[in-house]
Parts: sequence; C-alpha cells; structure tokens
Amino acid sequence: MTSHHPATLVPRFLNAGDGGLTVEFGSEISETVNIAVIALGDRLAARNPPGLLEIIPTYRSLLLLFDPVVLPRKTLMAEVEQLWSQPHAPAGRHTRWHVPVLYGGEAGIDLGVVAGLHGMTQDEVVALHAGADYRVYMIGFAPGFAYLGGLPAAIHTSRRTDPRMKIPSRSISIGGQQTAVGPPLEIPSGWQLIGRTPAHSYDPTRTQRPFLFQPGDTIRFEPISESLYGQLRAAALAGELVARPEDVDG
Amino acid sequence: MAEHLLVTDGGLFSTVQDLGRFGYQRFGISASGAMDAPAMGIANTLVGNPAGTAVIETTLKGPALTVEAQACRLALAGAEAPITVNGEAVSAYRAFDVKRGDRIVFGMAPSGMRSYLAIAGGLALEPVLGSRSTHSRSGVGGLDGRQLAAGDRLDLSMPAPSGPGLELAPDDRPKPDGAIRVLLGPQDDAFTPAGLEAFLTTPYVVSSRTDRMGCQLEGAVIEHKAGFNIVSDGIMNGSIQVPGHGRPIILLADRQTTGGYPKIATVIGPDLWKLAQARPGSSLRFAAVTADEAEIAAAAHRRQLADRLGRIAPVRDETHRLTSERLLGLNLISGVYGGEEDIPLQSPQT
Repeated sequence: MTSHHPATLVPRFLNAGDGGLTVEFGSEISETVNIAVIALGDRLAARNPPGLLEIIPTYRSLLLLFDPVVLPRKTLMAEVEQLWSQPHAPAGRHTRWHVPVLYGGEAGIDLGVVAGLHGMTQDEVVALHAGADYRVYMIGFAPGFAYLGGLPAAIHTSRRTDPRMKIPSRSISIGGQQTAVGPPLEIPSGWQLIGRTPAHSYDPTRTQRPFLFQPGDTIRFEPISESLYGQLRAAALAGELVARPEDVDG
Repeated sequence: MAEHLLVTDGGLFSTVQDLGRFGYQRFGISASGAMDAPAMGIANTLVGNPAGTAVIETTLKGPALTVEAQACRLALAGAEAPITVNGEAVSAYRAFDVKRGDRIVFGMAPSGMRSYLAIAGGLALEPVLGSRSTHSRSGVGGLDGRQLAAGDRLDLSMPAPSGPGLELAPDDRPKPDGAIRVLLGPQDDAFTPAGLEAFLTTPYVVSSRTDRMGCQLEGAVIEHKAGFNIVSDGIMNGSIQVPGHGRPIILLADRQTTGGYPKIATVIGPDLWKLAQARPGSSLRFAAVTADEAEIAAAAHRRQLADRLGRIAPVRDETHRLTSERLLGLNLISGVYGGEEDIPLQSPQT
C-alpha cells in the first residue's frame, strides 16, 4: 500500500469557529479518503506548528483545533496547503491488533438475530466476522470507540429500529456496513451486539498504551472460549493489554 | 493530619474542573474543562494560583463544605452565588480565609449559572491524561470522575498563602451581554436561506435540557436543505448542530468528540463563557462574524482578560467601599439601604 494520493483529493477548508478548522477530503466513507486524512494528520503532527492544539481525524476530514492568537487561521491554512503539495512520503508502519472476542450467548445477544436475518448459523457469522481484516477509520463518540470498515457484505446488518439506552461495555457490534469495538463504558447504541472482548480499548490508568487503537490501524478478531475470556478479563483488569499488537509495514 | 475540605452536601452539580484535557480527542476522550474559563482564571488569581489551577465548578447551587485544614484561602467568581462562612455572608470576587471547623455553604445563584470556587494552592488530585477536569459521562478525572457528593474529602495541596486578600472591583466583573457571536460553518451549506435567516434573526430560549455537554435551544425551526445526516466528523467547543427537529444544540465542554448532524455555525471562543452562564429560560440571539473578525475578537478577549486579572488588587478601604459603590449596588437591588457588612454585593445587570 502506498500513500500517494490521487490528484483529485484536494482538501477543502471549512470554518469551525475562531479556533477550529475542518480540512475535508470528501463527503463519503472511503478508504482512499481516510488514508489521505490520516496521512495529513501525521504530517501535521510531525511538523507540530506552535499553537496547534489538537488534530482530530475522522472518516473524511480532519478537525484542527488551534489557538488563534498564536496561530492565525491563514497561517495554518498555508501550512496545510504546503504540506499537501509536497511529495507524499510512503506510509509508515502501523499496528495490526489481534482482539480476542467471546461471541454469542450473553456476550453477544444479537448474534442469533444476525444469523437468522442472513439465513446462516451463528458459527458461520462468527467465521465471517473473525475471518476479515478491518481498518480503523475513526475513534469517536466515546473514549476508545473504534469505527471499523471491512465487514464482509454477507453480514451487513441494519441497526436496530429501537436503539438501546445502554449496552454492555466492550461490546463487539455491527451497524450497517460497519462493525465496532466498544469502549469500556456502557453507552447507548442501536447496533447489533454479537460478542464482547475482555480488552479495554482505553484505560487511563494503564501506563503503556492507555489507548489501543489509532485510525489507520487494522484489527483481526480472534474467537475465544468462555474460560479464556474469564482469564483474559482478569488480566485486563490487572492492566494488561490482552489484545496483541503486531507491527506491520505500510 | 491530611488537610482537606469535607463535602457535606454536593449541591446541584459540582465538579472539579481545570482548563480541560487536550491531546486525546482523537481517541474519543472529551475535552471537558471549566465552562466559564475566564471566571475560573479570576477565581484562581484572587487566591494567588495560576489561572488554570483546578477549581470547583458549581451549577446554580454549590456545595456545603467543612474545613478540615489548618487554614485555607478561597475565592468565588462567575455567577455571584450567595456564600456564607459559619452563617456570615462573604463576597464573591474577593478572597476570604477560613480555618479548621468552618462551615462554607452555597445558596442558589440569583443570576447566572456557574460559580467557580478556587482554593489557594489547589486540590491534591492526580491528573488523568494530563488534566484534573471531571468528565462525568465517562467517569474520568476530578474526584473519581463524578460530581461532588456528601462524604467526599478534597485533599488540599499546600497551606494557604499569607499576605493581603485580593479582590476584583465590581465595575471590572464580567457581565454577559450582547448577541452570541458565531462563525457560520462547517456545514452552513446544508441549510436553506430561510433556515439560515431564522437562525440569525430570531431569538432562541435556553431549554431545561441543558448541561455541560450541550445547550439545547427552543425557537424557530431551522430548515435543512436535504436531509440531516452527514458522515460523522469532528465536534468542537461551541459547535452548533441542528438535528432533524430543526432546533439548534450548542455543544460545550463535555461534548462528544464526533457527531453526525450538520453544524450550521460555531460559537466563537470569546463568547463561550456567556453560554456557561445562560440559565434555562433565558433568551439569546446569534450574530454572524467573519473569520477575520473572529480572530480579532479572540485576541481582544485575551487582552481584556489579562487586563482584568491585572486589576485584581488588595482589598481597598472597607469604609470607602461601603459609602459609595457598595451601598449603591445594594440599593439598586433591594430599594432600601442595607449597609450590613456581610451582605454580598450583587450587580443588578447580571
């Protein structure tokens, strides 16, 4: 994979207040667009102009937060344009995460519904879900909530018509064409719950990697047994990552 | 013995806040931070702290505290809530000293929404991801990630400083007035011309569904051009999103990091504190400024705050204050001359 962006992907600047600038590359969910977003975010972070406070990459745009008294908007825009017009360096290494999941049962109460909707067995759904590589498009909504792309089309499943006010922490869920790793918090959600990971995608007390996932990372899910789930859960509570990182080129 | 403040009543919604949690919004962590950051800076300066030291932010009615420390210097800024020490009123915008066993009790703020209680030396709380700000929705920061409750103990960092007490003169206290200035975008093109006109020309009323995460408004419906779903993108302090019902929601300190409704405009930084003090039922208007005007306003706001902090000075002659400004202030409020030394000064404009 290279990070050479098609010439058509020219960022558009949108105002987001006196201290915010949205740099938008498109209006749809696409891997090409997301790669461009992440590449620009990485290059800006490496440049780190004084007054730039925060870089928030999303599916299709970067929100840049800055101190307008230190970094005028026009200076920041010029900086972005200059970074974008330079030849793009190849993408660096990223992390592939192996995320253990206990599928079905109490841990994934909608697995049967998903299987039924697609005329499959629950094992077939699990095999498809755990057999794919997922791209982390964005972290948002709640701490550590990872929006993933790459869900096999055979198990795309509509969101529930009646969203739940609270779903269990660390849920693995499907929402339309997407799947997600839930945060270690109960959140409202209309997505279908198919499993649960013992891993904390975020743990502010963990000295190493308080956050597991970054946009651009890839994720593979590994089905585990209930007894292994119990062991890994204890390890996660003791501050271990539980999900296994692997460095990957490009 | 550990020095601390014992919470005997948490008040309506009192949390520990500082300037907020930066650098982690890309991981879904909300920024949080004081809703009225200028008031926090004033309260801290009054007790000799750096402006961004963690304080207690209250909502309408603050906590009751018992001092379990040798001595402690405090100051209140923001909404001028009545506050008593052992039943005697103390003034906002003026540092006051307390000692072991003293009872500090907040009353209901007569105007405004949020007060800031600064403690000289600060609170001995471990920062989480670089900040002591509480984000109660995710249980992060402050005191176990939640609002203050009876039985909590807030450990103090250092003994109170000596020296004269400081105050900010009544004329120098911030008064929220004027329209809320906004910069249109990032998705103002998602609305019809009539929708934009309604947003900029009609008043909106702050609904009772307003909190640190967002301020929901009642008023004229803002019409979308075509649908109200966008692919989720970043949200910032002051982002004004318009969901399907067409009424604006202003996202504030405890906002989520991303969202999928179009954002018609963003409140500029210098005016965010006005929203922090806008009570449910109060009315506000929006006024559009250009990007250049917003930048000039940000610089002017920074200068004004620095000037204001620079005018914080040792308490002047009490007699003089009693005979002129102070009595005038009391008279405007109550219509009668009071002049009791312990009646808190209130500004009629706020």
